[in-house]
Amino acid sequence: MPLTETDVRWVEAPKLGFWDQLYLPAMVDGLKTTLGHMFSKKITEQYPEQEPTLPPNYRGVHRLNRDEAGRVKCVACYMCATACPAHCIDIVAAPAPTEWKDREKYPETFVIDELRCIYCGMCEEACPVDAIELTTLYDLTGASREQMVFDKEKLLSVFDQTTKAGTDPVRSRAGKLGAASEPPPQ
Amino acid sequence: MPTVYVNDKPVEIGTARLNCVQAAGLADTFVPHYCYHEALSVVASCRMCLVEVGERKPDGTVVMQPKVLPGCQTPVKDGTVVVTGDYAKRDQTQAALAYPADYVKGGQPGDRAKRAQADTLEGLLLNHPLDCPVCDKAGECKLQDYSYDYGRSESRMVDEKNQPPNKPGLSSKITLFTDRCIMCTRCVRFTREISGTAELMVNGRGHHEEIDTFPGRPLENKLAGNVVDLCPVGALGSKDFLYKQRVWYLKTVDQVCSRCSTGCSTHVDSNKDIVYRLRARENPLAQGHFMCDEGRYGYHFANSAERFVRPQVKRDGRFQPAPWAQVTPQLKQELSAAVQANARGVVAVLSPYLTVEEAFLLGSYFKGLSADVRLTLGPVPVVGEDDRYPKDVRGNAVEPTKFVIRAEKCPNRRGVEAVLTHLQGAVIPFADVAREALDALWFAGGYPEPGYAEAGIPSDWKAPALLVAQDLFPSLVTAAAKYVLPGTSSFEKEGTFVNHAGLAQSFGRAARPPVEARTELQLGYDLLGRRGLAQAAVVRAEVAGAVSWLAPLGGEVPANGVKLGD
Repeated sequence: MPLTETDVRWVEAPKLGFWDQLYLPAMVDGLKTTLGHMFSKKITEQYPEQEPTLPPNYRGVHRLNRDEAGRVKCVACYMCATACPAHCIDIVAAPAPTEWKDREKYPETFVIDELRCIYCGMCEEACPVDAIELTTLYDLTGASREQMVFDKEKLLSVFDQTTKAGTDPVRSRAGKLGAASEPPPQ
Repeated sequence: MPTVYVNDKPVEIGTARLNCVQAAGLADTFVPHYCYHEALSVVASCRMCLVEVGERKPDGTVVMQPKVLPGCQTPVKDGTVVVTGDYAKRDQTQAALAYPADYVKGGQPGDRAKRAQADTLEGLLLNHPLDCPVCDKAGECKLQDYSYDYGRSESRMVDEKNQPPNKPGLSSKITLFTDRCIMCTRCVRFTREISGTAELMVNGRGHHEEIDTFPGRPLENKLAGNVVDLCPVGALGSKDFLYKQRVWYLKTVDQVCSRCSTGCSTHVDSNKDIVYRLRARENPLAQGHFMCDEGRYGYHFANSAERFVRPQVKRDGRFQPAPWAQVTPQLKQELSAAVQANARGVVAVLSPYLTVEEAFLLGSYFKGLSADVRLTLGPVPVVGEDDRYPKDVRGNAVEPTKFVIRAEKCPNRRGVEAVLTHLQGAVIPFADVAREALDALWFAGGYPEPGYAEAGIPSDWKAPALLVAQDLFPSLVTAAAKYVLPGTSSFEKEGTFVNHAGLAQSFGRAARPPVEARTELQLGYDLLGRRGLAQAAVVRAEVAGAVSWLAPLGGEVPANGVKLGD
């Protein structure tokens, strides 16, 4: 619908009065704010000496969880790689070692390119076995692109590091139906 | 005309003997089923196709059966009324039949069938391990699909699930995940009715039923791979494909198997130009529903590291890679020089692995150089005898034959012969001219196994001075060649194959050839100096115009191929 003349309201700037033309009251107002900040409580975080506390749902570096036996939980179902909008997850599946009696399949390699990743958390959302999670580790740097391609061992070491530090407990939705489930037919 | 009413929609069934599942299919209503398969006997063991059945009397009144019946086992006749669980999604424009009041009992027609389907699925899933994340069938599993469409989202099972041990030793090619099996017995019926070898059986009773083999008799027959396709769930897994790819990454292209002259229709599943799996495509004109293991697992040559991937020229006894831009003009120049010197001394070999279009283009090029250039049919690999199924216990074929693995291991002998007959009036086998002292020889191979070509070459064969060999793998011929050009497998080209019975099937490309390789069709374009993209459909129309026997290929070739005259 195009605008018509009646839709337009003309606004005039208010006329400056005597005090406004002096500018002094406005300057005093500004200085009041400045002085107030000089003597109030400091709120600047002194990073890196002072680390921020992040909420538990912060989406930082990935980790691959271990089960009770210390094996990688991942079953190489490719759900995360399928859900990943940045296509940064690369998995090679293989039959699980014969001594793993409860498993038929495991990831031979599991690689995440942390530079391609957009940290959206869809992989964690998609994982049916709570194997991949995003931690609150946020300060990751590397001297080369290759260093930022995390393989399975690196991702497991992130799990060890974060669980030891106690910053990121393992989150699980096991046994709960997802939001898309429907009631059974009556 | 006999009329059947499916969800109030009348369908004419003619004289066909159909069951409710097929009749519903005619009415565009899908009745889910696990154990029913067109090519196998009916056992009605899965109970997934339960429908409500009745009869419409001539006066318009409808009498319904009091219970749901398995649709696959219930034949339909004139006046049969079928109500499926999808009655609520019926075509509302059709007038509703006069269902008796006591039949619906306050509900809707189809309610009972719908509940029966949900209950059936609940029963099937009682002991199912639900290991979709690790199961290879995830994404194409009928249990997933039907549970989503017809099932419940919650299980009321409170007991321990029955977890029988897996049987990885079912055969060298097939593994059985016993706990995923829903006992549809399709695989058992297949080994008893189609292959006739009867390796599989059902062992145990009730919830402890298991598919098993007789001790010491693994599932080793040449059609065994079909049980993996037949399995509606992830119980039977192909070791060849196990955990290689998730099925939702695969692109499926309809193709034709190139490993014998039956010319089975196939689905080729590939991802990023790597072929991972072949499945049989139903084609009543070619082979029916199935395919043999030679074809099913015979795609690995296309992914082999031994293949030629770029043109090579022999200099000082060693092969050097050379760019196409340099090789093609050199070839044209040397060939025309050889033809001018002695046209009878120039021979082109067209292998029966070439498509009709490629054979036509290459043949046209050589006949265009001089009418005296001879075109020959390359070695036709014949291994053993035709293998007919089903077999009896002693391994002898039984009539009626349901599947044949041909001894002739090439897909397109008849097509290439038709082209040769058109271009020079006769088919000369390569063996007839192999012992002559030739000036130049063009060997268009494409043999998936080097032994196939070598078997057709006499032991005292002398390579001519100018030998151009286009093939997939190193062989006697390529070793003696001056120019070696990379061949392409049937997955990497489009074209037409004519099988042993004169069925022409056209197919599209499933994967791109190696970067520096060019298809034989493209090479024909380059040699003839034709401009534009190499398109099989364009050449096919030319072939259809030129060769009268191949004239039916002129238009759009249907998916099941087109039968050529004898």
